[in-house]
Amino acid sequence: MSLISEMLSYPFLVRALTGGILVSLCAALLGVSLVLKRYSMIGDGLSHVSFGALSVAIAFGWSPLQVSIPVVVIAAFFLLRITENGKIKSDAAIAVISASALALGITVTALTTGMTTDVSSYMFGSILAMSREDVILAAVLSVVVLFLFIFFYHKVFAVTFDESFARATGVRVSWYHILFAVLTAVTIVLGMRMMGAMLISSLIIFPALTAMRLFKSFRGVIIAAGAVSVICFCLGMVISYRISTPAGASVVLVNLAVFLICTAVQAIRGR
Amino acid sequence: MKQPLITCSGAGFGYENFDVVTDVTMEILPGDYIGVVGENGAGKSTFIKGLLGLLKPTSGTIHVADELKKTGIGYLPQQTAAQKDFPATVWEVVLSGTLSRTGYRPFYSRKEKELAELNMERLGITDLRKKCYRDLSGGQKQRVLIARALCATEQLLILDEPITGLDPSAAQEFYQVVRKLNREEGVAILMVSHDIQNMVRQADRILHLKQKVLFCGSVEEYRKSPLGKQFLGGGEE
Ligand SMILES: Nc1ncnc2c1ncn2[C@@H]1O[C@H](COP(=O)(O)OP(=O)(O)OP(=O)(O)O)[C@@H](O)[C@H]1O
Ligand SMILES: [Mg+2]
Repeated sequence: MSLISEMLSYPFLVRALTGGILVSLCAALLGVSLVLKRYSMIGDGLSHVSFGALSVAIAFGWSPLQVSIPVVVIAAFFLLRITENGKIKSDAAIAVISASALALGITVTALTTGMTTDVSSYMFGSILAMSREDVILAAVLSVVVLFLFIFFYHKVFAVTFDESFARATGVRVSWYHILFAVLTAVTIVLGMRMMGAMLISSLIIFPALTAMRLFKSFRGVIIAAGAVSVICFCLGMVISYRISTPAGASVVLVNLAVFLICTAVQAIRGR
Repeated sequence: MKQPLITCSGAGFGYENFDVVTDVTMEILPGDYIGVVGENGAGKSTFIKGLLGLLKPTSGTIHVADELKKTGIGYLPQQTAAQKDFPATVWEVVLSGTLSRTGYRPFYSRKEKELAELNMERLGITDLRKKCYRDLSGGQKQRVLIARALCATEQLLILDEPITGLDPSAAQEFYQVVRKLNREEGVAILMVSHDIQNMVRQADRILHLKQKVLFCGSVEEYRKSPLGKQFLGGGEE
């Protein structure tokens, strides 16, 4: 307990914790839908695009969020499009885009500012990254995501489960795609600076996978994913503070541990 | 005169840069029971996706009545996009069929839940209610999806090979349920099936597709036409 109150006495840690909890909640909720629709690679692709955009923004002295959010939103549309069409090999397309964005980011950085701590912290995350502005944006984001999942829960379910049927019954499916693309993009941009471009996509994928081990109903999976994500994040932060490991990596490792435990539990339950 | 629910005039549908079906002219009236037949790859599923607005017509026009746009169409896909490992209970899946009735209301009302119960009973899946969709057998999954489609519509039900994977008695039961919906509740039915013998027994009209419309008319005419005779084989008459 004293450990936690000690942690809460640092304003930057309070910011990191609130921002992080909100972002991990959003990532988990959106993640369930993305994973079930086989879009989980998109998270990975977007984080790299986000990294590229951020490095370019820093190199030219632009505001990081104002540049990367629009760029990543556009990339999200684009990636959803190619995945939907199913014509081009979408996993290959995502790999090409994310590698190109990464390469662009690195090159621009090397030519201008050089590899500053800023850039490397985007790669692997930094606990200091959450500014007041970020926390406010994270709060707005999570309000929107929670609103979506509470008031449009059944439509989200229908679109995730069977798009053609949802469309036939009159749900505006493309609307949900746009919404998901924007929300995912914002989640990733916000989360990657703390978690790191290399690690943020795990925040989207792990909780969904863990929850799917535990529950058989969609509602159960959604709620469990949110809970697992927030708990793992907090645990990871405490561990990171205690033994001074990088925050992002600690959170991912806690997620992995929980996932493995749940897999074992499922195996023992005999299914 | 009854307004048609869907009118196709000279409509063509296809993917990317090739047309699969062309020049389809037909209409679906309220209370119709249309059987769509044709060989594999004839473009039946493609035509249906076109009717549902999942594919844009590459030529011609397709007009959907406004009332139908509001209530939506009950649809049973031939292959579901729904994945094998999707975590959802049977209840959640069936209930999602009533979605178009909720409008902007975020929760299902008692009426919608009762409708879902009723349709589960009709298909004999009430005791699967709490089961996970991914743990069902192929035939059970099919019944769940049929129940969901029945929840969706008051006007038009479009079924793409609905009896695939059902055992014979379930198939007969299914035909009876559809028949009853059509007769007593006036739901228009458009059904794709390779079970041609049952199709001519059940449906009122036949649409025979093969890249274009080979036949569109009443069952009696179809039985008499050379095409129908050939497709039905000597066995029946
Ligand atoms: N998503 C798709 N993209 C491109 N071509 C497709 C696609 N789906 C079907 N086709 C092509 O369209 C043609 C007609 O397919 P369709 O599924 O409409 O046939 P069908 O009449 O439903 O056959 P079946 O009786 O086997 O269900 C086929 O040649 C098929 O290769
Ligand atoms: Mg077909």
